Order: sequence, then structure tokens, then C-alpha cells
Amino acid sequence: MPAQEAAPTLPTLLLLLPLFTALTILLGHKLLKGASVILSVASAAICFIISMMLLHSENSEIAPVLLPFISVGKINIVIDALLDQQSRGMMLIVTSIGLLVHIFSLGYMKEDAGKVRFFGALSLFMFSMTGIVLAGNLVMMFIFWELVGLSSYLLIGHWFQKASAAEASKKAFLTNRIGDFGFMIGILMLFAANHGDVSFLGLKSSFAAGPLHDVAATQTAFMTAAALCLFMGAVGKSAQFPLHVWLPDAMEGPTPVSALIHAATMVAAGVFMLVRCSFVFEASHDAAYTLCCIGAITAFMAALMATQQSDIKRVLAYSTLSQLGYMVMAVGLLALQVGGHLHEAGPGHPAMFHLYTHAFFKAMLFLGSGAIIYSCHHEQDMWKMGGLMKHMPVTFVTFAIGTASLIGVPYITSGFWSKEAILGAAFEVEEGRPFFWIGVVTAMLTAFYMTRMFVITFFGKPRTDSAHHASEAPIIMVLPLLVLAVLTLISPWHWATNMFQAMEPKHAEGHPTVLIASFLALVIGVSVGFFLYKGKDKEPLNIKLFANKFYFDEIYAVLVKVFQDTVAWIIAGLERLVVDGIMARLPAYLAARVGSAARNLQGGHLQGYTFLLGLGVLLVIYVVVFALPALGH
Amino acid sequence: MSVLEIVILLPILAALAIWLGAPARATSVGAALINLAIVLGLLFQFKSASAGGAGYAFESARVVLENPAITFGVGADGVSLILALLTVLVTLSAVWQIATDKPAIYHIASLLIAGGALGAFLSTDVFFIYAFHELALIPTFLMIGLYGHGEDSHRKAVAWKTTIYLGAGSLILLAGLAWLVLEYSGGQKLTFDLNALRAQAASTPLPVEKQGLIFFVLLLGFGTLVSLFPLHSWAAPAYATAPTPVAMLHSGVLKKFGLYGIIRIAMPLLPQGLQVEWVQHALLYMLLGNILVMGFVTISQRSLDKVLGNSSVMHMGYIFLGIASGTEIALQGAVILMFAHGISIALLFALMGRMRAQLGTLELSKLGGLASHAPIFTILFAFGTFASIGLPGLANFSGEVMIFLGAFGSDGSSTLGPLQWTVILALWGVVMSAVYMLRAYRSVFQGSANAGLFMNDPVVSQRIPLMLLAAALLIVGCCPWLLLGLLKSLSVVPVAAM
Repeated sequence: MPAQEAAPTLPTLLLLLPLFTALTILLGHKLLKGASVILSVASAAICFIISMMLLHSENSEIAPVLLPFISVGKINIVIDALLDQQSRGMMLIVTSIGLLVHIFSLGYMKEDAGKVRFFGALSLFMFSMTGIVLAGNLVMMFIFWELVGLSSYLLIGHWFQKASAAEASKKAFLTNRIGDFGFMIGILMLFAANHGDVSFLGLKSSFAAGPLHDVAATQTAFMTAAALCLFMGAVGKSAQFPLHVWLPDAMEGPTPVSALIHAATMVAAGVFMLVRCSFVFEASHDAAYTLCCIGAITAFMAALMATQQSDIKRVLAYSTLSQLGYMVMAVGLLALQVGGHLHEAGPGHPAMFHLYTHAFFKAMLFLGSGAIIYSCHHEQDMWKMGGLMKHMPVTFVTFAIGTASLIGVPYITSGFWSKEAILGAAFEVEEGRPFFWIGVVTAMLTAFYMTRMFVITFFGKPRTDSAHHASEAPIIMVLPLLVLAVLTLISPWHWATNMFQAMEPKHAEGHPTVLIASFLALVIGVSVGFFLYKGKDKEPLNIKLFANKFYFDEIYAVLVKVFQDTVAWIIAGLERLVVDGIMARLPAYLAARVGSAARNLQGGHLQGYTFLLGLGVLLVIYVVVFALPALGH
Repeated sequence: MSVLEIVILLPILAALAIWLGAPARATSVGAALINLAIVLGLLFQFKSASAGGAGYAFESARVVLENPAITFGVGADGVSLILALLTVLVTLSAVWQIATDKPAIYHIASLLIAGGALGAFLSTDVFFIYAFHELALIPTFLMIGLYGHGEDSHRKAVAWKTTIYLGAGSLILLAGLAWLVLEYSGGQKLTFDLNALRAQAASTPLPVEKQGLIFFVLLLGFGTLVSLFPLHSWAAPAYATAPTPVAMLHSGVLKKFGLYGIIRIAMPLLPQGLQVEWVQHALLYMLLGNILVMGFVTISQRSLDKVLGNSSVMHMGYIFLGIASGTEIALQGAVILMFAHGISIALLFALMGRMRAQLGTLELSKLGGLASHAPIFTILFAFGTFASIGLPGLANFSGEVMIFLGAFGSDGSSTLGPLQWTVILALWGVVMSAVYMLRAYRSVFQGSANAGLFMNDPVVSQRIPLMLLAAALLIVGCCPWLLLGLLKSLSVVPVAAM
């Protein structure tokens, strides 16, 4: 490899430390035993410290190379690190929540037989996620994109003996693969059009004034197709409609994993990537508009599905889908705004800001649900809980803070500010009005289903013995909850958004319509939820369509059966019949004739083969030595 | 005697020694280890020995015949060295994992296949390249026919089918090579020396149409040996039936001969062969047959041996895609993928052999939950599984991504031509391979263990050859540049720009 400038130490360490931890655990877990767990937690802690140290690094003009990968001719694909506001902030979110989840898991997974494997996979995840965040080019991002998929697969399938967990892990990986199929095509299209340069900085300048600028101006269809293919990657990873089906099933994994991977960080990677590539969507109006539509559909549909779930984790999972929908919609809205030259994109981005606030309160809600599940002896059905307010006061308080943030209680909660930024953007953009109203209705549904969940779980009387005997989780689990509660509370403050480099958008002059609409949505949602579910022991509403998630799983099962398994069966039959039949029958017939001749000659199969081959070799020698020279002269 | 001659002869002599009564296991493992050490040494010396990695190194020649000029010439460039490394790695693990109760002929046959493959990869004379490959085929057929799995009549039928297909492929290949050699002789003395032929191709090129025609004949010949669609139907049953070391060596190593032949013989001697539109389009259709048709065929399989055998046919499509595009990065990616596929399929077949021996069945519906009894076995199998579905960090991805990038092109174009559409369709194959491999993995290893089916982890000494293969996948996956540095010679292959 050509000698590069010395790789910067801190980003290299940040990337490789969790990898070495994972490899050490893989190879040395027999020797290390319990120490593997400590190693994994220590590595997460060091990564957190490094992220803090990196906060004040300079914005890179070029992304420094950390490791070589593929270099052929003028094409050079490397593992590099693009440090800017977006990646530094995301890194701090990933490592801080990562560390807290590691600590929480010390308690949650204490008795688990596969504890060491769990922590090994967690370290593998930290490595892969760091790679996505640092990535300075699209191929590197794709590499780590797939690797987070692997760690997610391993962790969803942690309890692989359970059929449902095994199926869920497979479903997650395969659904993501479909998204990655598009993602790769998108990367290839940009790679081709930009002369082999897929670094984010290179692409950005090319879109500003370069080959891609011309392509965007003249080849609208190509650019839109490339943008939509890239978006497909995010549709898979961030579980957007129509590839959203894997995320609720991913709740089969241990709850700390749901908090870290399937709520706060990995599923947000799709949004992170879209923001990284925002110049692509700014260049294609149709693609940006598609983002808004898909985001809005996901946000609204998932909120409807959340209203009828009884599994505490599934409610949160659908709520995550819905919030991710907001973020995707925000990317689309901003691209429309910038693409329409309303104004230049500033350092703020409502999608990244919502990602930031959501990461903390959703991680806390999941860990809170984990504490509840732990205390209720692995019961996840909310209707078998109830009255937990008294038994688990700390969890109750933190859960209340999380819920308030998610439903956006005005002015004091982080969720309010970030959701307001998205709704404000929707209100401002010319074509954004329908998305604004969908956003408001979704906010009302959010307030409704979260209130429902809160009332069923914490209020009333315990409905089962396990809920009756529930007590506060051990300190090692409560502590991360408290830290997350503090982070959730302070996250809208300016010094916190500055520290986390949260890309907070400039506070638009709060348009009164936006404020009034979201306030009304909140009040209606909460009061309907409260009065409908107060004192209830079973579901008063029964909306099959929502409870059964619009029958997506059933429809997809049929599609897979028809378009994959049946087609496969037919093609396999044809292959046997046609290819094997025609191509093999004839030689086989000849073989039988020659074979019987050989048998007659030599009396036995084995000799038959050797004879034939001997004959072949003789023929070769004859041809080469005698026949060819004769022809040649 | 040159060092490459030693590398070729060592396994053959070891086979001879075993036949004469030397202890089978010690001799074969010893010979394989020495060969591995030599090849690794050669890899380290290659750059200084070959003018920065662009030319041939370690050359020597012995004249066998004056007219036609046949020389036993050996020499290695990066492509042949990478394939030699693949051969010695797979040979070592193949002979190492042979169970102690197997007769000595398992070792003899494996060593002969290895020797033949090394001879084919390291010779610089077309005659010997061809002859060594034939030599390696003989033990393959014999072992399938004599020691294959399944009913007597079944394995004989499979052995016959394989023999007929590969024999026919070899004959077509022979015809194509003869045609090629004759065309370049121009009425002068015939020569089989690759360097001399290449000089001829440069000084007096053949007409483009004729290049295309000969290229196509060679493609059919070499293609049959690589299970290019629709000439593939020997492969899956052969691998399902063959004894484990033979399945490992043939699918992992020997099958690469056809691809090697195209890169080493057909492309440099017929540099414009692939520029003939109908040849390139025919190849694109055939390789899509490998990827899409065989992808669906693999999805419909219900037992592990059929899944792995068919998947191996499918993956050849990607290597052909690298060849069809002809760009530098895609060709280098094709070589990386040849190496990667060889290692990963050998690993999977080794593990499958162990399952067959211990469990007695490979039906997916009868298996389940093996991860609970045999965690280390499961991790090793997962390495093979994820390598073969192209997970980044394992070797196959490095090759595949180079092929995709190279085939899609980077010339600033914003239109989609036949190659680009082929890449897009081929990418769907990556989804399909995830479907069948994860389904198989799910039914074999996850879920609850079936009562009555029990398997234990391999003992430490039996893990070593398997871990060697897994480590190779990881190293090449993370640091493909280690091998890419050796492939400078491929950049002088004329680019078949369409």
C-alpha cells in the first residue's frame, strides 16, 4: 500500500478497541471467563472517553485514512474518519448510551447462560456502529452498515433456542438485505457518475460544482433513481414502510439490546446516512418528496399499530418506528426546502436534533421497560402488570420523564423542541402542509398510546401475582436509568445541545398554528388515553386491523411463498427437466453405451473409468504430438 | 530443480510414498505443511523477484520436445501464487481432517489432486497446464465412484455424469486450445509456451471476429469445468456425493482451474475476444443463469449438501461477472473471490462431512439446535455461512465489491448499459444467497435440539485446520490489499471496454 500520512490515533483507537474486545472474547472466553464481561464494559467506557476527547477536534477538510482497504489503479477505497459536527455528536450519543446499556446489562443478563456471548456481540456492535458514524465514504459506510446488521442478527437471536427469536433474527437480516440491495445500487450509480469517488466530501463538492452537478441538471431520472436506491438502504435499516416489519419482531432480543440497537442508535443509522447524503436528495425533488411520503406513512401507520399492542416492548417498538418516520420526513422536508433554495442549510438539522433527543428518552423508556420485565419475572404483557407505581417508584419517575418527552409536553421536555422543529419545517415548506397535518395527528396518537401504556402499567391495581410482588430493580440497573433521566431532562438546554453537537436548528419563530395544533394534539391524546384506560383490566377497544399490524406479516408471507418459494420450486423443476434432461441425457446415453463397451473390455466400473481416462490422455498426446503439427504445416 | 517444481512434485512424491507404504497421515500432513511454508515464503519474495509484482517470477524451463515446442516451464505471477496459496491451504486442511479410519487412498487421492492443481497453476506451457488438470481429475472421478456417499448405483451414476461432463468439457477445451495454437503458429513451428504465444498475440493479432469465436469455444470448455450455466448440472450432485476431502479440493481448488485458464490463457491471447458483442452478451446471460436460476434452485433445496453444492455453482456467476467486465479492479476482484470462495466452500464442506459422519443425515427438516451442543463447530460454520453470503470483513465480500464496482464502471457515465443491468440483477443474488444460507443455518443450528441427534465439538487438534481456513477468510476480508499488491500483472490485461 502507498504510505499514507500517519493515521490519527484517537479515531483509530475508537474504531478498533471494540473490535479487539470482541475478538478477544471470541477467542479467549474460556480463559477469561467473567473477565470478558468486564473487558467489554471497560472498552465501552474508554470509547465514551475518547468520544468526549474528540469533541473539540477540528472539522476535517479531508477525512484522514485510518486503514487501507482496496486500492486498484485510481480507485482507492479506505477506512477513514470524517470528523464533523454530525459524526462527533452521533459518536457521543452512541458511546454514552452504549456505556449505560453495557452497565445495565451487567444486572439484566447476570443470570444468563450466554452472558459472555452477549457482551462479545455488544462489543462487535459498538465497533460496527462506530464505523458507520466515522465513515468518510459510502463503501466504508456500507461495510459497517452490514456489520451492524450482523451484530443485530446475533443479538436478536441471542436466545436462539427459542424458535421465535431465531425467526426474528433471520427476518431482520433478510429484510435489511433487501434494503442493502438498493443501497449498493445507489452507491454504484454515484460511483460511476462521479468517476469512482464516493467520499462524502468529494460527492458534496461534485454536487456543488462538478460532474454530479451536471448529472443532476440533465439526467433527472438517473439522479432520482440513485437517490431512491440510497434511500432504500435507510428504509431497511431505519425500518420504514414497507420494510418496517422486522423491527417489532426484533424485540425478541434481550431488552438492553432493544434499547441500544433497536431504538437509540442502529435504527437511527438510516437517518444518519440520509443526512450525510442530504446533497443527493437536495438534487432530486422527486426523491425528497418520496422521503416525506414514506416518513409520514411510517409515522402515522406505526402510531396506529402502537395503539393496540399489549406487549410493553412492542408498543415502544412501534413508537420507535413512528419517531423514525418523523426523522425521515424531516430529511425530506429539509431537502425540499434547500433544493427549492428557500435558504441554505445551516449547521442545524431537525432530523439529527430529533434523533438526539429521541435516543436518550427512548433508550430510557426501553431500559425502564427492561427493569419492569425483570422485576415481573419476564412478563411483557402490560395487562398482567398494573399498579407498578408504588412497587417501582424510581422506574416510575424515569418512565414518566421519558413519556413526557416522547409525547412532547411543551417547553420543558426535549421531545417537544425537536418535534416542534420538524412540524415547523413541514409548516414552512411550500408542499409540506399535508405532512404537517399528518405529523400533528401522529403526535395526538403518540400522546394517546403512551398514556394508555402508562396508565395500564403503573396505575390501578396489580393484575397478577408477579406484578404484585414486583420490586425495584437492583442498583446497577436503576443507575443507568437515572443517568438517562438526567440526560433526557437536560438535553434541550443549550449547553447540552452544544456539548453533544446536536445540530439543533435555529428556533424558528414558533408559528402560532404549529404551537396550538401540537398543544391540542397533546391534550386530546392524553385525556382520551387517560379516561379510556383508567381502571380498566382489559382492552376496551378492539381494533383487529391495528392489533394485527395491518396484516403486513401475513401479506408478506404470501408474497414470499408465491414469489420466492413457488418460483424457486418451478425453476428448480425446470432446471432438472430441461438443463439436466437435455444436457445430461445425451451424454449419459452415450456414456452408457461406451460404459458397457468398456465393461465388456475390462470387466468392471473402476477399470472402466481408468481406461477411459487413459484413453483420453493418450488421445491428447496423440493430438498434440502428431495431429496438430500435421495440420499446422 | 526450481522451487516451483518442488512445490508441484512434493505432493505427488508424497502420494507415491504413501502408496509404497509410508504412514499415510503423517506423510500427507507433513508434505502439505512443507508446501504451505514454501508458498508463503514465495509470496513474501514475490515482489522483489518479479519486478515489483508485475511480471513472472521463479521461472525455469526444461525442453521436452523440440517440434512441436513443448517445454516443462514453470513460473508464477500473482494470480498463480494466490491460487497456489489457496491450493496448499485447502490441501492441508483436507488431509488433516481425514478421519483415522479411512484408507490410505484418501490421502493419496487428495495429494494427487493437489499436485495436479499446483502443476496447472504454476506451469507456463499450455500443454502442461492442460495435462496437469487432467491428472487431477482422475483421482476425483475415482474417489467419487469408489468411496462416494449414498447407494452404490447412485454414486456410480454421479461419477459417470461427472466424468462425462468434465471429459466433454476437456475435449471442447482441447479443441479450442488446439485451434488457438494453430492460429498463432502461422505455418511455423508450433509452440505451447505461454510467453511465446503472448508475444505472437501482440505482434500479429488475430481478426477480432475470429478472436471472439475461439474465445467462445474456450469459454464453453473452461466453463464446463467451472459449472458455467447451463453446463453446470454435474457439480451439485458430484459435491454431494464426493468424499469430504475430494469435495473440498475439487470445489475449493480444482474448479478454479477453468477460471484461471480464462484469465491466464484466453484473455491475454485473445485480448479482443470479449469485445465481440455476442460473446460478451452470451457470457452475461450465462452468468446470470448461474446467479439467478441457480439462486432459485438453491432456495428450493431441502438438504444441506444440496444447498452447499448448488450455492457453489451460483457463486461462480460473480467470478464470471468480474471476467466479463474485464476492468482491472473487477478482474482483481475475481481473483480475490476465487480465493475466497475456495476457502469458504472448503470450510463448509469439511464441516458438512463431519455432520454427515456424526448425525447420519443432512436433511434440513430433521436437524436443529446444534448450536447448543457444539458451539465451536457452530462458530466455524457461521464463518463459512457469512463469508458465502458476502458479509464485509470476510474475504468473499472484498472480491464481490471489487467486481461490482469494476463491472458497474467509474467512467463518469450516467446511463445503464448491459453490464450495469447485469450487476443490478446479480446484486439480487446477494439477497438470495442470504435467504438460503440463513434458512439452512436457522434449521441446522438454531431452535431446540432434536432428540436423538447429538453432535460434539471437534477436539482441539481437529479444530486447527478449520480455524486456519476461518482465519484466512478473516484476514483477506479485512486486509484484501495484502493480496491485491500481488496482482499488478492483471493491470496489463487489455481492458475490454464496451
